[in-house]
Amino acid sequence: MSDSHGAYFIPEPSKWPIVGTLALFVSFSGGAMMLNGSGPGTVVFGLGMAALIYMFAGWFADVIGESLKGVYSDQVDISFRWGMGWFILSEVMFFAAFFGALYYARVLSVPWLSGEGSGLATNTFLWPDFEASWPLNVMPDTSNFAVFEETIPAFGVPALNTALLLASGVTVTLAHHALKKGHRSSLCWWLAATVALGFIFVGFQAQEYMHAYSDLNLTMNSGIYGSTFFMLTGFHGFHVTMGATMLLVVLVRSMKGHFSAEHHFAFEGVAWYWHFVDVVWLGLFIFVYWI
Amino acid sequence: MSEAVSHEEHHDDHDHKPSGIGRWLFSTNHKDIGTMYLIFSLIMFFIGGAMAMVIRLELFQPGLQYVDPQFFNSMTTVHALVMIFGAVMPAGVGLANWMIPIMIGAPDMALPRMNNMSFWILPFAFTLLLSTFFMEGGAPAGGWTMYPPLVGQLGDGFPFLIFAVHFLGISSIMGAINIIATVFNMRAPGMTFMKLPLFVWTWIITAFLLIASLPVLAGAVTMLLTDKFFGTSFFIAAGGGDPVMFQHIFWFFGHPEVYILILPAFGIVSQILPTFARKPLFGYESMVYATASIAFLSFFVWAHHMFTVGMPLTGELFFMYATMSIAVPTGVKIFNWVATMWRGSMTFETPMLFSIAFVVLFSIGGFTGLMMAITPVDFQYHDTYFIVAHFHYVLVTGAVFALFAAVYFWIPKWTGNMYDESLGKLHFWLSTISVNVLFFPQHFLGLAGMPRRIPDYSIQFAEWNQISSIGGFVFGVSQLILVWVVIKCVRGGEKATDQVWEGAEGLEWTLPSPPPFHSFTVPPQISDASAH
Repeated sequence: MSDSHGAYFIPEPSKWPIVGTLALFVSFSGGAMMLNGSGPGTVVFGLGMAALIYMFAGWFADVIGESLKGVYSDQVDISFRWGMGWFILSEVMFFAAFFGALYYARVLSVPWLSGEGSGLATNTFLWPDFEASWPLNVMPDTSNFAVFEETIPAFGVPALNTALLLASGVTVTLAHHALKKGHRSSLCWWLAATVALGFIFVGFQAQEYMHAYSDLNLTMNSGIYGSTFFMLTGFHGFHVTMGATMLLVVLVRSMKGHFSAEHHFAFEGVAWYWHFVDVVWLGLFIFVYWI
Repeated sequence: MSEAVSHEEHHDDHDHKPSGIGRWLFSTNHKDIGTMYLIFSLIMFFIGGAMAMVIRLELFQPGLQYVDPQFFNSMTTVHALVMIFGAVMPAGVGLANWMIPIMIGAPDMALPRMNNMSFWILPFAFTLLLSTFFMEGGAPAGGWTMYPPLVGQLGDGFPFLIFAVHFLGISSIMGAINIIATVFNMRAPGMTFMKLPLFVWTWIITAFLLIASLPVLAGAVTMLLTDKFFGTSFFIAAGGGDPVMFQHIFWFFGHPEVYILILPAFGIVSQILPTFARKPLFGYESMVYATASIAFLSFFVWAHHMFTVGMPLTGELFFMYATMSIAVPTGVKIFNWVATMWRGSMTFETPMLFSIAFVVLFSIGGFTGLMMAITPVDFQYHDTYFIVAHFHYVLVTGAVFALFAAVYFWIPKWTGNMYDESLGKLHFWLSTISVNVLFFPQHFLGLAGMPRRIPDYSIQFAEWNQISSIGGFVFGVSQLILVWVVIKCVRGGEKATDQVWEGAEGLEWTLPSPPPFHSFTVPPQISDASAH
């Protein structure tokens, strides 16, 4: 019997999954009540989110405790790797839905609205004056939408943000190399740099949003351009925030010396996630901002 | 080694089996979680079934009799959501939970805590969904496909519908990740991929489909939500969007989804037919490749659900040919099943009966699918009762029959008792006859032009609707036999042997019936000679 299969690890019964389920249930209920404008929605949602944070803290504390006790065999480590890898693929597919919407609108539905292809009748009978353009700043029916003059140019803050994220990809790799060589202080400095770059990115992005909303009149209500722009960059920004938070946890754990040169799945999982966020940004930079 | 195993079992049974409600709430045990999945699925099968009874009652005769049209539409919509996400998918995951670890020689699933969460999300997600019946504006009534702009007319229930779908998606993705991690990482030494039982193979492929398609559904419903509440115009033409775009994104999820429902059923039937034909599965490798091909192709055929929506001709042609090409790997599977039975030493216990019925009746559903794949023909059938008949043949006499077969096949292993064979056969014959009375006439109704999702109909459709409703009521009542069989079997009965069935092969049949709390605490060795 090979060593890796010699002892199986099965966790004891745990309260965290059911706590997490209840937290999500309360959050979703509260969120739905908020959207419907019914009374206690905000409070319910807040309680749910608090419970969710409690669950994450508690569940991860258990896992970290088990990891430090050394009960995780190589096999468990590999299970975690498969889990994280396929989770990231599911995230890729989530973004694919919004990228798909962007391509569909740009390549097909906006030209159809101006009468191309089989869209002649729509154009003639509904919006004969509509002309297709991208960015689509004048919608077929402007009465309900925020018409905007200009968009955020690619080669300004977005290009700077690209540089920041790409640099953070380098720093996290340098941190990994330091970890594998057992240089803890160098690991911590590179990780801290990665976290900082991540949060600076989010800060710039927030600034861009404020600029778009207050100066450009480019909002979520700006037709299909505003919809795809804010949905894609918004979900990406959310993922950067999550990734940077996860990196922050890994930084604290690195400072406490939780990781060894051989065993540091938490670090690698977060690094994978960070690279995924990076790659999504490149797609955004090219297709949302640039071309 | 066997001594070591039995010692470990002993140890586990007495020291680690938790007691009380905590055993279920906090469970990290694949069998307990699998059991919860299966029981939940059975409950949802009856809730969804009750809605189907309302539909058939209203359609028993022309005119509006029992329910108002809005409620009727809620019935068709929620019936579909409950049956798909509450009955068939959880049943499949429940079987995967129970059987995959013991089929591959693992102690449990790879990520047992996440496994617990995957299950417990389900009752809460359906609480969100079903609570909409008591809200201002009622339950979703725009069809389970949630097409805009109609779905946006739903009242207070709208965000609950969206979040229920998100919640269910989280559950399914976690379940799928767990299954992949389990099969890739927890196989016993010597259990190579090409020795995996076909049920395990179909589940790996299903898990890939889940991970690739459910996030797309999450994205689609998120866009519905922001269109309604945050001013976006993804699906609003006045803002430059397109309601048809929702259909494309939805069906990019939706078509893989139908294979998510049927592939585990293929796996089940591929386990049962060889057992009762007492012959190895014919063309094991081609079965694996055919399943993978079906899954791969399922991402390129989505627009056959929307031929009449106004697509460019090239699109119509591409999706027509792509769809028809799926008949090739599906045909490979059907012929392999038939060849497995050919000259076999067959006996006809209940699981075998359901499996044979599956092969025949699923093929009928497959053929009507091919008919509708032909674009110009589909223009006649689209949104008629023909499509209703088609997908109920593949999902009821296909997926659900395979699930029945699985329950009869494995329940002696789960409980340690044999089920009542004569009750099982009664369940089979009543179900098989009534389900055909229920759905076969719907082909005629569809071809004659009766539209789906309408509570009233023209007088010339009355006879076939009455016959169909009678079939429906008998089918509905027949399912109570299944509940009785399950309860009876759990309470006692003739003791099952380890192997249970004379022709059964595979690791799950080497364990005692019922198996110990943690299946394999020491990995079994798989010899090179052992077949799938």
